[in-house]
Amino acid sequence: MHEHKSLLATLVRLLLFASAVIVPSGPIMAAGIDKQDFGQIQRGRYLAVVGDCAACHTLPGSGHALAGGRPIETPFGTMFAPNITPDPTTGIGAWTDREFIDAMTKGTGRNGTHLYPAMPYTYYTKVTRDDVLAIRAYLNTLPPVYNPVKADQLPFPFNIRTSMIVWDDLFFSPGQFQPRADKSDEWNRGAYLAEGLGHCGLCHTPKNFMGTDKTSERLQGNALQGWFASNITDDRRRGIGGWSISEIVDYLKAGHGRKTLGTGLMAETIGQSTSHMTDADLKAIAVYLKDQPGQNAGNNEDRTPAVASDQPIMKRGRSVYADECSGCHAGDGKGTEHLFPALDGSAVVQQTDPTSLLHVVLRGTRSVGTDKAPTAAAMPEFGWLLNDNEVAAVLTYIRNSWGNTAPAVSAEDVRKARHAFVERSD
Amino acid sequence: MARRLPHKDVVIIGFGWTGSILANELTDEGLDVVAIERGPWRDTATDFPISYAQDELRYRIRHEMFLRNSQMSVTFRNNANQTALPVRTWGAFMLGNGVGGAGLHWNAEFWRFLPSDFTLKSHLTQRYGANFLPDDMTIQDWGITWNDIEPYYDQFEYLCGTSGTAGNLRGEIQDGGNPFEGARSRPYPTPAMKQGYGHTLFAEGARKLGYKPFPQPSGNLSHSYTNPLGVTLGQCTYCGFCEWFGCANYSKASPQTTILPVLMRKSNFEGRTDCEVTKINLDNTGKRATGVTFVDSSGEEFEQRADLVILCAFSLFNVQLLLLSGIGTPYDPQSGRGQIGRNFTHQTVAGGLGFFDKDKYNFNPFVSAGAIGMCIDEFNGDNFDHGPLGFVGGGYIGQVQTNGRPIETTAVPPDTPAWGSKWKQALKDNYLSTINVGAACHGSMYSYRDNYLSLDPTYKDRFGRPLVRITLDFHDNEIKMSNFLLEKYGEILQAMGAKQVVKHPRKPPYDVTAYQTSHLNGGAIMGDNPGNSALNRYLQSWDVPNLFVMGASAYPQNAGYNPTGTVGALAFWSAHAIRSQYLKNPGPLVHA
Amino acid sequence: MHRLTRRQLLGSSALALLLMSPVARAAVVKGGLPWKPGSADPPTAVTPGGWHYFTPQEAKTVEAFVDRLIPPDELSPGGKESGCAVFIDRQLAGPYGRLDGYYMSGPFQKGTKQQGPQSSVTPAQHYRKALAAFDSACREKFAGKAFVDLTDTQKDEAIKGLEDGSLKLAGTDAQDFFKLVLKNTQNGFLADPIYGGNKNMASWKMIGFPGAHYDYRNWIDRHNQRVKLAPVGISNHPDWTQ
Repeated sequence: MHEHKSLLATLVRLLLFASAVIVPSGPIMAAGIDKQDFGQIQRGRYLAVVGDCAACHTLPGSGHALAGGRPIETPFGTMFAPNITPDPTTGIGAWTDREFIDAMTKGTGRNGTHLYPAMPYTYYTKVTRDDVLAIRAYLNTLPPVYNPVKADQLPFPFNIRTSMIVWDDLFFSPGQFQPRADKSDEWNRGAYLAEGLGHCGLCHTPKNFMGTDKTSERLQGNALQGWFASNITDDRRRGIGGWSISEIVDYLKAGHGRKTLGTGLMAETIGQSTSHMTDADLKAIAVYLKDQPGQNAGNNEDRTPAVASDQPIMKRGRSVYADECSGCHAGDGKGTEHLFPALDGSAVVQQTDPTSLLHVVLRGTRSVGTDKAPTAAAMPEFGWLLNDNEVAAVLTYIRNSWGNTAPAVSAEDVRKARHAFVERSD
Repeated sequence: MARRLPHKDVVIIGFGWTGSILANELTDEGLDVVAIERGPWRDTATDFPISYAQDELRYRIRHEMFLRNSQMSVTFRNNANQTALPVRTWGAFMLGNGVGGAGLHWNAEFWRFLPSDFTLKSHLTQRYGANFLPDDMTIQDWGITWNDIEPYYDQFEYLCGTSGTAGNLRGEIQDGGNPFEGARSRPYPTPAMKQGYGHTLFAEGARKLGYKPFPQPSGNLSHSYTNPLGVTLGQCTYCGFCEWFGCANYSKASPQTTILPVLMRKSNFEGRTDCEVTKINLDNTGKRATGVTFVDSSGEEFEQRADLVILCAFSLFNVQLLLLSGIGTPYDPQSGRGQIGRNFTHQTVAGGLGFFDKDKYNFNPFVSAGAIGMCIDEFNGDNFDHGPLGFVGGGYIGQVQTNGRPIETTAVPPDTPAWGSKWKQALKDNYLSTINVGAACHGSMYSYRDNYLSLDPTYKDRFGRPLVRITLDFHDNEIKMSNFLLEKYGEILQAMGAKQVVKHPRKPPYDVTAYQTSHLNGGAIMGDNPGNSALNRYLQSWDVPNLFVMGASAYPQNAGYNPTGTVGALAFWSAHAIRSQYLKNPGPLVHA
Repeated sequence: MHRLTRRQLLGSSALALLLMSPVARAAVVKGGLPWKPGSADPPTAVTPGGWHYFTPQEAKTVEAFVDRLIPPDELSPGGKESGCAVFIDRQLAGPYGRLDGYYMSGPFQKGTKQQGPQSSVTPAQHYRKALAAFDSACREKFAGKAFVDLTDTQKDEAIKGLEDGSLKLAGTDAQDFFKLVLKNTQNGFLADPIYGGNKNMASWKMIGFPGAHYDYRNWIDRHNQRVKLAPVGISNHPDWTQ
């Protein structure tokens, strides 16, 4: 029995490493999980990649896929993702399919406990039952790992799980995705993925004080974990309004677009999830996102910088840029495709919140390497060299040059960011 | 007792250019590969970022990127009558260390050898007769021909994105390129670099004298480039901090900028850094390598067993490890027998200064690059008739000034005081208007019976192993050749309009303190039979067939070019033989 | 911005602890290109003030010495004002002064010139011994006056004596010492100002070297034109504070 299981696990792992297997996600006949249904397991593997389960449930470097233990930062404290391997005592091996479905789509754990919405059940609720079961079928084939995960370390009152009942009542609207008849199949597929398993909004939608999405500002960008997840609406300046469908697909597939390289949290998402998705699904997501209106959808012609070029901060910024930045990003801010991000016209550069810029300038970062674009160039850290005024100046300069416009960055912003980044390990 | 690690298919000793190439090629075959490197991990943004890469004191004067002599050194003597003494700090050559090896801090001058270089002995004998060569000269053919190696030069150039102008495309001579080069199957992947004023003026001077100048082939790229592995390199910014330095903007070809992003993603590869291989282990027949022993930074000893051992260290250390491991027969200069250590060579370089009128000439010497420059090849290899000259060999001549770094490159006319106000005035008056090229005449060094490598009887490394001992001196042939080139170089400087030319001829005895390139070759040479070489034509050990030895240690003698282009080409050539022949039928690829 | 860089660590006795520590293990690098924030290893800027190696008397002698090798004149400030003595002091107090990284196993034997230096004497020891001998030699030659108390002309005469070997130093070779001081002084004068010499990039301004700019793509084609960029150093950027 044990041997049989590990053989199966090996087989699945082999498939995981094989080149992308394209599995259509249509309705299936089976009502539950059929251990023999190889197609279902395959589809579940793909869907687990789309949902990026590994982002939270795999502790990097542990060598144990989905065995939990990774700390998850939330505005309310650090939590630790549980073990979702089929280990009966520390994983979900003893869970019924019903319990699994409820956890995924209703946020309820075993015995009626409530999950915290760090688990994106507010998104997964839109996933079809068949797709949830396919994921379960796949998880059943993983090698069980005995790994008791540390309890949550949330402060009062968030440490009381029952408080989530109140939260759910206020903010959670359960229910499967409903396709829109007035949109194409492709649009609906994109919406299903982006609003469901893909849970784009978990990072990209601003949150209110209770940690829930501000639906009025859906996908318009959000600061988290030392980064700013950019606006991904059709906003021409700060969103993806200036990107073609194929540029979005290329970015999600290769981690590199015409103007930007995936870094930070998005680097992980691209590396583990989107780069393994089918081109058809990525295109569907792009079609859907391009149809999400942004604030600057129509008035993209105003290229008046928020800070005039004759301001002292801009002059200083230009000097810093010439000495430290132009060697890679070039004097005209156009960078080098697949190597150095263009700053001219960059949405990342022009986000209202400069957290990601502060992050890469102060601490440096490595961009994502993928099979399609393996270079994974890195930005060196400048926190040791540039003082707060100099960082503020160079960021204000790049945000307001070459037709870019975005609010100035202040020395105080830099000081706070420097302080906040000290404790980070990424 | 060494701790035994799980078996691997392949163990690679040294994680520089050849180690990276072989690791990438063999992991593509599905083999499980480990590369063991005695230096640290290094990468662009963390180890030589744009904010402090340009530090002449730290990197050029204090040699921060190089192997520390306290970790490993060599001993040196001019001849067998002297007692060799340790090189306590590097001088004549600088040896790399760490992941990327010398591929990180090279200038990236990206040359191919001439077709006749590979069949040198038979070529010269045929043209000039056997008696034309000095009695003690031990040059020989490589066991390969131009047609064998050309596809692999091409492969290495396309890996690196080499910038240049083709001179001979499939047999047709091209304008603006080197008309003497062997026929190439494809143009360079990127166009030649732009040239500075001094380089351009040199080309004009050379043309006036009837030569055909061409841009030096360069691994500093004229344009950004994505190689066949999918890795993108940047465009050179002509910052003038190239050799001795890491490149901060991904525009110099190195393992880091061409291979490692792909190699490091592979689940069947791992690198071990700060680990020094102390021995290649053999089974009790002595004909088969079982793997290697290495020591990590904590001093713990490990045994890594493997089916295939690839020796990819620097040439000197390849030879040292073969000698320490008892592989092959040590060379005996008295009898001329034995293969390990023989035909050791360096490079015969000479240069000089051209002082120009400061009111008319401003060269901006600091606007430059490692492999920028204009060259002529009329006097390289056997491109010219040696009959009346009484020597063999040659080299390219070029204005290949790479930098205007103030400590290294400032020059004052010979009659200037060494200090005081007059020195300052001369420094100011000449900095922008002087051509200063130490290796303008990049000459060959052919091999001789008494130039060789062996183990030192006295001096030991930190593990108590003998250091490798260099016995080396210049022979008349090389000095005559070098002086001939220098004469021609001086004529070109005059034709450029120099007001004063100061030549620095290469003089014997060989001086281990005077930098003269890091192109050390030979000691474990390739050839067509075990009686004249340590390796067969595929760089496979004649003695231990599951051992391959990469690098310039395989050169039977050195040509008048920088060696790395050929090092890379040979690595791809050998990798191809391993993939297409050896893995199907492990054993000797050439039967003696 | 005070933090221990990797290089500072290597320069300290912490290295020995690190090497002996049973937890130190060779790194295995796999699974992608590694990235760790905070791994840059920038140079530590020399701050003037005080002496790290020289005694006050030695420092005075070296300051006077470097000010004759690089005299203040209309071209630039002198060696003292440029910080060359501070540069030498900090270099001698660091890895260079101790010959860190050199092969230092014996036996130490005298060889040929071509075999390179074979001395176990470090630059720091060399200065200590030679400076004392130099002062004595000056007192003997110049009626009891130490080097610092000589006129400029006398100082130049003393230095020329070292240069041509006519002024003998007890227990050390005068010409070797002269070459060492000259090399160190010129290195300090021409190096990046972060190391204490070349204050305000005076030497770079004098010769026309614009310093640590990284991007000359706009200049490579402009033949025979003076590059109009103000000098910058690693942490010297006058434009940033204007």
